[in-house]
Amino acid sequence: MNENATSNMTGTTGGAGTTGVAGVAKRFTEYAPALESRSIVTIRSEYGLWIAGEERDAEAGAAFDSVDPATGQHLTRIAEASQADVDAAVAAARSAYENVWRDMAPANRARYLFRIARLIQERAREFAVLESIDGGKPIRESRDVDVPLAAAHFFYYAGWADKLPWAFTGGVIPRPLGVAAQIIPWNFPLMMAAWKLAPALACGNTVVLKPAETTSLTALLLTEVLTEAELPPGVVNIVTGGASTGAALAGHRGIDKVAFTGSTEVGRSIRRATATTGARLTLELGGKSAQIVFEDAPMDQAIEGVVRGIWFNQGHVCCAGSRLLLQESIAEEFSERLQRRVEGLKVGDPLDKNTDIGAINSAEQLEKIEELCEVALSEGARMYRSSATLPAQGWYCAPTIFSGVDTSHRITNEEVFGPVLAQMTFRTPAEAVAKANATPYGLAAGVWTDNGAKILWMSQQLRAGVVWANSYNQFDPASPFGGMRESGFGREGGRSGLDSYVTLEDAS
Amino acid sequence: MTKLPPSSQNRDPVPVAALRRRTVDAYALEARAKELGTRSIKADSQAAANELTIRCMDLTTLEGADTAGRVLALCNRARHPDPTDPSCPPVAAVCVYPSLVRVAVEAVAGSTVKVASVAGAFPSGQSSLANRLDDIATAVADGADEIDIVINRGAFLSGDYELVHAEILAAKAACGQAHLKTILEVGELGSFEAIRWASMIAMGAGSDVIKTSTGKIGVSATPPIALCMAEAIREFEADTGRSVGLKLAGGIRTAKQASHYLVLVNETLGSKWLDPDWFRFGASGLLNDVMLQRRFRSSGRYARPSDLPVD
Repeated sequence: MNENATSNMTGTTGGAGTTGVAGVAKRFTEYAPALESRSIVTIRSEYGLWIAGEERDAEAGAAFDSVDPATGQHLTRIAEASQADVDAAVAAARSAYENVWRDMAPANRARYLFRIARLIQERAREFAVLESIDGGKPIRESRDVDVPLAAAHFFYYAGWADKLPWAFTGGVIPRPLGVAAQIIPWNFPLMMAAWKLAPALACGNTVVLKPAETTSLTALLLTEVLTEAELPPGVVNIVTGGASTGAALAGHRGIDKVAFTGSTEVGRSIRRATATTGARLTLELGGKSAQIVFEDAPMDQAIEGVVRGIWFNQGHVCCAGSRLLLQESIAEEFSERLQRRVEGLKVGDPLDKNTDIGAINSAEQLEKIEELCEVALSEGARMYRSSATLPAQGWYCAPTIFSGVDTSHRITNEEVFGPVLAQMTFRTPAEAVAKANATPYGLAAGVWTDNGAKILWMSQQLRAGVVWANSYNQFDPASPFGGMRESGFGREGGRSGLDSYVTLEDAS
Repeated sequence: MTKLPPSSQNRDPVPVAALRRRTVDAYALEARAKELGTRSIKADSQAAANELTIRCMDLTTLEGADTAGRVLALCNRARHPDPTDPSCPPVAAVCVYPSLVRVAVEAVAGSTVKVASVAGAFPSGQSSLANRLDDIATAVADGADEIDIVINRGAFLSGDYELVHAEILAAKAACGQAHLKTILEVGELGSFEAIRWASMIAMGAGSDVIKTSTGKIGVSATPPIALCMAEAIREFEADTGRSVGLKLAGGIRTAKQASHYLVLVNETLGSKWLDPDWFRFGASGLLNDVMLQRRFRSSGRYARPSDLPVD
């Protein structure tokens, strides 16, 4: 074997410097910027509401600013819907429901949904770029995850539209509910719109959709697709705005159903509001999901899985695996190797195709994340933070891991909704389950082990809506997603996703 | 499983019992390999990737019809891959059958290009150990700098890991000063776990480089297989302090494919491996595609394939 640690084969190289192989390697590994062009999107200076198939200003003329989180620069101004605007949107949806959509032949409803799915695919790049500009997520994720999944949901539920009698068997007839109010978050704007719209429309309901205040643009771009698909006016209406718009919509007397994805706090207030209106409700709320790694896990893949589980979309994921539970026998090695891996994550411009972690969605969210990190430090947690250089402008947070914490620390209990992982250890499967379940939430969990029996046992014990085995953050339109306990109720995706949008009439 | 003290290129072999045998999750491995393939290599990084690909290439001819004339032509290309561009670096090595080592040694004399030879009853390895060792010794005596051997897949698949280890150890001894590149023939091993375990055995037995395949069967280097082996090298280095090289062979035909493998190696093993001492492509057709990309970068237009030398 070679004496010289730096020369393995036969000394073919030219040594250091920019002309030697080390210099060439350095030029390569710096990955020159690979920016996705912004020119495919046109962002207008103003946007209105979309009601009954037409764009209109808010009645009171109110509007709010939308900014690019990667730079902090102003992007556009968007109309803010008041109670009167929400009334108009609900009335338009009601009229479309009663006069067109409810009684349309199901196969025809399916045709519209297929058309929408295809049009999203055709304009995929435009949607992806706009999503990254408006929300700060890496273009790799908007291009490879958000937009393809949005189209996939429309395709999937288009298929169900004329097969509902086979989804609900046993002497019942599925009927639409009426007008659905759908309020969606800022972490997956277009994808959440698709998750909500597709099953509602497939079942024959009409919709008033409210996108999140900081990420309205892809929902507004979707109106162009709906128009091109010739969806009858009023079947989908979009009201933009903040908390007051959301409250006006959720508590509206003219709606039959509320579907909300967002924080547990807002979810509680919506549940209170709908208690007095009689509208049906599904909630997909926060989480503090656990990723559990056993000593017999495939370690290199588990590390990648943990990275995907917490740092996907800057950790702005309701089911983010924000608690890492490591079996003690491997904890030290796993932790060292995880940190080495995290050093390789590239934080920066969301439009660079090589960016792994983009911008935090808003200044407010960044502040909240940093505040919880401060609390963790003050409670004695050890902090590791990636040495990645952050862009000078915009809102960024380097990937962070807290160790030396247990179930009594706030960082292991509260949802951060950012790129922050809290790491703990366990000794036995029973202890792993106890720690994983020590949360008011119950959205998701991940289990890494090579042992099939252990996976099955764990998935029975974990109180979570979704348990991923040797993977994390796997989404598919055919697979139901949703939580239990303070993570909400109701399922989206799969056949179960239809349950939230029908009422079952006895056929006898 | 014992963690050995790190040392600068520890020279002692690691016995089979002391090697870590890991499970591998195929789906997660494939997902990671796919993700690495989404890196976008542009501008100067792309130029650097082309240059690294040439510098890390074992220009190979392994055919029954090989002649001295063909090997001479290959050696000329290895020294001057682009006759129109003197700034183009030479490739790392030429790789030939043992009977043609002498021809190649003479032809590359005075250049940095090394001579590698497949030896040890390549590609099946189905011959007596004495014959295989003799094959190696002859190639080394004829001047080969590097020896590419195959592992005993029959022994591996029947569970005789000690035999696999012992034979590689013997081959290493037969190499003397020449460097040993051990081919796992991944397409015959059946699973990622087997590939990872074979990697560990080959490294434990003292291979300087582990190599995917002979190029003689359908399955050869793929991104998940390369990742699996790179992860094994990473763990072996962490446990023993010894770095081992990686050679990918078979099916790598385009500059773009090559640059994605460079990404995979960089992000799994680190930039130290982006060096012909630690990383090689075994290929023949790849060189011309890299040449096309290089000429495009310098002239702004694509050359015709007919403008390039033929092998």
